Amino acid sequence: MSSPDSAPAGVIHNIGYRGYDGERLSRRAITLALYTHGLRGAFGLGRAARSKVIPMGMAVVMLLPAVVLAVVAVVGEQMGQLSGPVVPYTRYAMILQAALAIFVAVAAPQSVSLDLRFHSLPLYLARPLARADYVRAKLTALTTAVFLLLAAPLLVMYLGSLAAGFDAASETADVAQALLGALLYAAVLSSVSLVIASLTSRRGFGIAAIVTVLVLSYSIVSSMQGVIAFDADDPTTAGWVGLFSPMTLVDGVQVWAFGVTTSTPAGPPNDLAGAAFLLTSLAVVALGYVVLNRRYRKVKV
Amino acid sequence: MPVISTERLTKRYPRVTALDALTIDIGDGVTGLVGANGAGKSTLLKILLGLTEATSGTATVLGHDIVSDGLALRSRVGYMPEHDCLPGDMSATELVVHLARMSGLPTSAARERAADTLRHVGLYEERYRPIGGYSTGMKQRVKLAQALVHDPDVVFLDEPTNGLDPAGRDEMLSLVRRIHTDFGISVLVTSHLLGELERICDGVVIIDGGTLLRSSTVADFTRSSDRLALEVLADPDDALVALADAGLEVVRDGLLLLVALEDDETYDKVRDVVADQELGLVRLAPRRHHIAEVFDEEATRVIS
Repeated sequence: MSSPDSAPAGVIHNIGYRGYDGERLSRRAITLALYTHGLRGAFGLGRAARSKVIPMGMAVVMLLPAVVLAVVAVVGEQMGQLSGPVVPYTRYAMILQAALAIFVAVAAPQSVSLDLRFHSLPLYLARPLARADYVRAKLTALTTAVFLLLAAPLLVMYLGSLAAGFDAASETADVAQALLGALLYAAVLSSVSLVIASLTSRRGFGIAAIVTVLVLSYSIVSSMQGVIAFDADDPTTAGWVGLFSPMTLVDGVQVWAFGVTTSTPAGPPNDLAGAAFLLTSLAVVALGYVVLNRRYRKVKV
Repeated sequence: MPVISTERLTKRYPRVTALDALTIDIGDGVTGLVGANGAGKSTLLKILLGLTEATSGTATVLGHDIVSDGLALRSRVGYMPEHDCLPGDMSATELVVHLARMSGLPTSAARERAADTLRHVGLYEERYRPIGGYSTGMKQRVKLAQALVHDPDVVFLDEPTNGLDPAGRDEMLSLVRRIHTDFGISVLVTSHLLGELERICDGVVIIDGGTLLRSSTVADFTRSSDRLALEVLADPDDALVALADAGLEVVRDGLLLLVALEDDETYDKVRDVVADQELGLVRLAPRRHHIAEVFDEEATRVIS
């Protein structure tokens, strides 16, 4: 008589092939799964340890100053020195733009260049998923990742302000504005970076190109603004120049829409300029989406 | 109902015509799609999956139109591409789980199916290591696993034996056969080597220059022309004369004598002749006609 107890331990039973009759999700749910995968991937989750170093490092770099500022707010208030945050929420992105640029420059190629380099696209496109779904998932995932990276420190600062007992109503309004700004920063930076990354299958090229475009455009635009605004004493022209780099563009939108102080030598000079900044930002995002779709319609598989 | 059905399917590139009004019906079981490099095999698979658009013509897979019903079609089809397509920095498990989800499986089912499928294709402990360090044979297995992970009704395998050594080829071929016999999944498998497909296929479709050369079952290819291979100690020429005198149709092929196998009486006649003439029988075995020979005849006929 054999009983289950007498069976030798550790035997692998070949149970043969089993089919799958379970649930099959819709195209929408699959796109959502690809989005989640992309969002996790942007922070290096579910990938090798060395893929986590830069995203996590940048997240720490983004968070640390916010923690310090929150502490400063609490201590400063107790000492009677402060009645509001040291740094306005809306300026935080500009101050830490280097960390933002590095994060997005690593995350964008990670998201799309690897699929090009390893020719993995046929594996996706042979599944119930359209090319446009792929683009949509990648773009929204990266935008969400950049937004989280920027929103987390803003919330830390906000909590610091509340703990310090600053005026809750105005702090809440200010942080809400900054979060809207953060969303626009995330969308603009992500679409610009993804378009660049989708053009190369080499991750190194992608990283270098994105950092160059973001940093160089900012350096050129802000120094031109400085020269025009202060040396030539023409803040109107200087304000318009802000259109030509992603960071100053979104900063301009915040300045115009929320009436906050500018982080650049000159903000949009009037309402017309302000509207132009907003429309340009939205156009950059829309154009990025269109270009990515065109790019992926043409990718040979 | 045929698994795959094409109607005057045509694909023209600016310089070449990859498929030229191809009309075929492919049933279930294992079907070999054979042709020289550039014959249009991969193009046909890509068009059926909607990865490439056809210039004209229509096709259905499992009753789904390739243009209007692509999503439903692709949820029931698995595809193993010909070329390298695996990300080197992911492990086989991670990749196959991810791709299972991309086929619409919920996360827990995706994990379970990925583990099952990787085991079925013969990847065990190594499946947790990054794919970048895999051998060609292991990579081919991962490619096969991702094509099977969502339990499709039909899989398209594009040159699954590419780059494998002879032993690896044999293993891959028997795996392909098992996909149908054990897993119950129909297979369309391409190869430029006709010989390796005849062992595992139920039917063969031969295309050349984008047109259909021949489509039939492997049994049809080989049944009509069974022969007995005979090896004797005596001089083959003497034996040939003796066998021919007994009324047998016989040709010499090197040291072997090939006797046309009419029916069971052929065996008796051969035995009698060998015994009477004391030819010294070494080997007597039925030998099937290889499809390759049929293909050669066919090709010659087309050319001439």
